Amino acid sequence: MSGGTRASAGAAPGADAALFEYVLRLGDNDVILAQRLAEWVGHGPVIEEDIALTNVGLDLLGQGRMWLQYAGEVEARLAGTGRSEDELAFLRDGGAYRNVQLVELPNGDFAATMARQFYFDHAHLLLLRALARSADPRVAEIAAKAAKEVDYHAQRSADWVIRLGDGTAESRARMQRALDRLWPYTGELFATDAVDRVLVAAGVAADAEALRAPWLATVERVLAEATLSLPAGTWMHGANGRGGRQGVHTEHLGHLLAEMQFLQRAYPGARW
Amino acid sequence: MSNEWPLWEVFIRSQHGLAHKHVGSLHAADAEMAVKNARDVYTRRNEGVSIWVVRSADITASSPGDRDALFDAAKSKVYRHPTFFPMPDEVKHL
Amino acid sequence: MYAQMVETGQKSVRALADMSSEERAFQQRIDADVKVEAADWMPDAYRRTLVRQIQQHAHSEIVGMLPEGNWITRAPTLARKAILMAKVQDEGGHGLYLYAAAETLGVSRDQLIADLHAGKVRYSSIFNYPTLTWADIGAIGWLVDGAAIMNQIPLCRCSYGPYARAMVRICKEESFHQRQGYDIMMKLCQGTAEQKAMAQDALNRWWWPSLMMFGPPDADSVHSAQSAAWKIKLLSNDELRQRFVDQTVPQADYLGITMPDPDLKWNAGRGHYDFGAIDWQEFHDVLRGNGPCNRERLATRVQAWEEGAWVREAALAHAEKRADRGDELG
Repeated sequence: MSGGTRASAGAAPGADAALFEYVLRLGDNDVILAQRLAEWVGHGPVIEEDIALTNVGLDLLGQGRMWLQYAGEVEARLAGTGRSEDELAFLRDGGAYRNVQLVELPNGDFAATMARQFYFDHAHLLLLRALARSADPRVAEIAAKAAKEVDYHAQRSADWVIRLGDGTAESRARMQRALDRLWPYTGELFATDAVDRVLVAAGVAADAEALRAPWLATVERVLAEATLSLPAGTWMHGANGRGGRQGVHTEHLGHLLAEMQFLQRAYPGARW
Repeated sequence: MSNEWPLWEVFIRSQHGLAHKHVGSLHAADAEMAVKNARDVYTRRNEGVSIWVVRSADITASSPGDRDALFDAAKSKVYRHPTFFPMPDEVKHL
Repeated sequence: MYAQMVETGQKSVRALADMSSEERAFQQRIDADVKVEAADWMPDAYRRTLVRQIQQHAHSEIVGMLPEGNWITRAPTLARKAILMAKVQDEGGHGLYLYAAAETLGVSRDQLIADLHAGKVRYSSIFNYPTLTWADIGAIGWLVDGAAIMNQIPLCRCSYGPYARAMVRICKEESFHQRQGYDIMMKLCQGTAEQKAMAQDALNRWWWPSLMMFGPPDADSVHSAQSAAWKIKLLSNDELRQRFVDQTVPQADYLGITMPDPDLKWNAGRGHYDFGAIDWQEFHDVLRGNGPCNRERLATRVQAWEEGAWVREAALAHAEKRADRGDELG
């Protein structure tokens, strides 16, 4: 792929550097959340749910791989050589990871896993639907495919929020607590920085700010049906330009990566 | 024991134009969840385009003891099959 | 196998002459290869044996998710991670299909799970061994799934319809499992010296337990004979074990790693490999709960089940609320 093809898609000079960052952010969200969901395999509350949750993890992992492969191609355009999906996933340290903090948080109980999924899935779906109209054809193509999968994720997690919210007293308390605890990590889903602005102007990226209102409307509708209350806090982690998307993470990411990257780090250069 | 989700039977249409076929069962709290679980459990390999679920308890089945009474009678109606009527080779399109 | 040493409750194989007329008709249908279906009359011993066998098999799938699941978060590449997740997920599906087959015999899944958790029923001895390195994931796919498939393909023809149909589905899905294991082993054996050593070490630890999966020698089992007459066990333990050895040795040769058995050699006269004595003491120890991971595996299952209780209750409570409101969605 030549840089020329991309320039004709309407990207401004320097846009490839921004595109690399942007695509990493998309890919890292997927890979890290898939890694968290992988921890559930074999430990779900009932076999049917174990299988279903693993399907979500597999979808995200597949999407993450597509984004990271594309990031490597963009990097090659920029720097002459680009990293493979595995070099990007297994050989970057936390500070080079670009996922939002929400997805790296520990699973907690089933309510916390589902609350995290609910917040994320609905933002993810809105983002992918917008990106399906991206001026960058690869971004548009990957997003369109991923949006179909995430549509189902979003239905499922909303369903669980409702079932647990309007279930027993215990499930309701657990779900409310999970929603409240995770709420401060939702701001980052809609924050924008210079990377976003360059690409939004070029028609490549979606304006995350604009997704907040429709997301909130969905969250409010689902929580109402679930007889749960919308968390009240206004403080948001990482929404100030120093969050996961800029490489600033929680303490949890380091542990996640230590586990995930173990083999590649312990046996440098080995092929698997 | 008391909180076991009901059992559902799952039927999948594997391609457009084909009938739904019984593929197995699963547990779900209600019909909506049964459809979703069926999607996750029984279509992991691209097996379907449509799903039906029905509570196992709602199925009425013929009794195995009635097998002869119900099905033997049809065995003697061989004239219902086209092969019962031999046709001369020179007669076509029958 | 996944169902090792299934008790039939019979001291000897029932002869036609000793049977009631119902029982004789039942046996004659089995002899004629007519499948038994859930609502058909069947001898109590047949039903009980099947429930025991199918649930051992189902529990093995579910407990079997744990040793391999142990490496999902540490899989060395994203592709390997996806493949392993899909494989372990399949095992959950297989457990589900088998529980459903057992449920057609009039037991609930919750009851079966309760029996497992209470230590009343076994699952395959093999899952009580630890997965210590990534190569163990290769060895499990290659050897354990290889042994399982060998046992499961004949079961697709077993006399009980719901079990046979579950096995057909399982065999179809499982065909990639063994290959992915061998593929991992190939990559390791073509890799660095450290990787190859990892592969050899895994073979050393998994070879004998894999042979034990087929269960005790035929000479020691009257249960096998009754199960054979009922066509819920189609080939003998020793027969399957020999087939497995014959098939697997050349595969190890190709990898360039060796079985941990000095007595293993080709016997041209028999047309089979001879192999060394199996440590049946170890097998019985593991079945009795004294394998390296028995307690841990069971505790993990119990914990997952108990921690899921509030979720299952909540979903049911919600479904009831909805049904009461009349807004159950179709």
